[in-house]
Amino acid sequence: MKTLICWTALVSLHSLDALEIVIDRGNDNPTPIAIVPFASSNSNGAVSGVISFDLVRSGQFSPLEEENMLSYPSQPGDVYFRDWRVLGMEYVLIGRHLDRLDGRVTVTYHLFDVSAEREVKSGEITAGRERIRDIAHRIADEVYEEITGIRGAFSTRILYVLVENIGTSYARYKLEMADSDGERPRTLFETSEPLLSPSWSPDGQRIAYVSFETGRPAIVIQELESNVRERLPPYPGLNGAPAFSPDGRELAMVLSRDGNPEIYTMEIAAPARRPRRVTRHVSAIDTEPGWTPDGKSLIFTSDRGGRPQIYRIDLRTSLTERLTYQGDYNARARLLPDGRHLVYVHRREGVYHIAWQDLETDEGPRVLTETSLDESPSLAPNGTMLIYATQDQGRGILAVVSIDGQVKYKLPSSAGDVREPSWSPYLDTLSATRGL
Amino acid sequence: MRQFRRCNVASLILGVLVLVGCASQQESEPAAQPEAPVEVAPVQTQPVQAEPEATDFDNRSRPLMPSGRILATKFYFELDQARLSARDLRLLEMHANILTRNRDRRLVIEGHCDERGTREYNLALGERRANAVSSFLTSAGVRRSQIDTVSYGEERPDDPGHDESAWSKNRRAVVIYR
Repeated sequence: MKTLICWTALVSLHSLDALEIVIDRGNDNPTPIAIVPFASSNSNGAVSGVISFDLVRSGQFSPLEEENMLSYPSQPGDVYFRDWRVLGMEYVLIGRHLDRLDGRVTVTYHLFDVSAEREVKSGEITAGRERIRDIAHRIADEVYEEITGIRGAFSTRILYVLVENIGTSYARYKLEMADSDGERPRTLFETSEPLLSPSWSPDGQRIAYVSFETGRPAIVIQELESNVRERLPPYPGLNGAPAFSPDGRELAMVLSRDGNPEIYTMEIAAPARRPRRVTRHVSAIDTEPGWTPDGKSLIFTSDRGGRPQIYRIDLRTSLTERLTYQGDYNARARLLPDGRHLVYVHRREGVYHIAWQDLETDEGPRVLTETSLDESPSLAPNGTMLIYATQDQGRGILAVVSIDGQVKYKLPSSAGDVREPSWSPYLDTLSATRGL
Repeated sequence: MRQFRRCNVASLILGVLVLVGCASQQESEPAAQPEAPVEVAPVQTQPVQAEPEATDFDNRSRPLMPSGRILATKFYFELDQARLSARDLRLLEMHANILTRNRDRRLVIEGHCDERGTREYNLALGERRANAVSSFLTSAGVRRSQIDTVSYGEERPDDPGHDESAWSKNRRAVVIYR
């Protein structure tokens, strides 16, 4: 709970239409770290502020407030470990950022372990000036990985649907993409009809989603670089829940062209693009497919047992196994990158939460969220956190919770109701940094 | 109910005109025939059409019960369910009668859900609700080609609220004549 710091100073850095972040709860034992404001000819604190906020959001770090620092080193030779030990710091991050004559910026950083009194990580990143936030997220990733041993996921993006003027006849549905901290949102597509189920291709270059732009549902594949949209010719009935396979070659989806909702897979690059039917259950709803990390099976929601529950089907043998037994509503499951842990929407006493389950020990469902009407869980690529949609005082907001349930924060938007979040895979938005 | 069809067509139309002013989509019980006002001239100047079309729809193309009242076009469901009530089946039978008498008329059936649960599952559940209406109508003689279904899941609530009263209005199938 130590991370309940007032981040109002940082919030003022946020643009108006971005998602804000309200931290509810952090880890019980966050690592104390001093992130010294990076020396700079201008934009003081921009880089270190973003890094600080990334680490705070992870719930695993408790950055020292700037006014409590005894010194502000920006060169390795100026770091006096005794000063930081006195303040109880375990790590110190320093850096500087230089404006180059070619219009780009170079940011250099050094991370020190205070008790070992040595530098443990350093790097230098050069990029266009407009990419300063990308640089900061990248440094946060490297610091996070160095200290926790887990790859950082700050240099990622989220997709979500923003609905303006909800409940009126002039509602606007906007498919938005923002940084993982909700900053720099941009609209990828906009329509007056519902949009839902956005999902990423594994290389992060394409997305798929469901659009009602013609009045009927259709699956759209959109290239992010060019913004070229391709609407898959819709079949009668449902066309929904698109999910790219781990190798990016296939799309799993739901079609009800044969009379009721069934799961299909389709090769995206094939000239004829014929959907291959995976489930065969005439009276049941089969929907919300998600791939296992090896790409050999799908998990999905089905009410073939009378109530929605999660199942797994082997794509080669069609052997199907029920995965959830507790509760009368379990839906929209996603597997962690380890393929062993499942998160899904779980109804308990009429309240919809996000729950976690270990498929090997059958531990769970463990409810992770304290909000209600929770849906659409989407995992960060490192599997440490998930983003989901919920409601706060009647408004649709996004929220994030760590897989251990300890860290929680909300991302409301002042622009309208937000929903249907989808966390990107790892994105290589900057060329590799050079260690110093 | 059938005996109402033998009523004087002109008085039926008058009744409809009176009803339109306070029309409710939720009328389900046959009410007493309203008294025909004596001095309503404009209707009598129109030649009365004797063909069925004239009594099946009002002048705004809304479907009518044999009594001349507007026929309900929204049908409500329990949570997680797609079962139609006995009352709804009686009302849908009247829709089926209208559609079998008017083979040129087409219908879009929309399926909707409340906001609880997941969006894709709700799209499927909304489709199941629309299909429940559609199969009843086809079993009652309506041609498959007259019917189109679409599910909006939880995307288009009738009531934007977040309580049981709103949710019960949002779990619905809606029939729309084209």
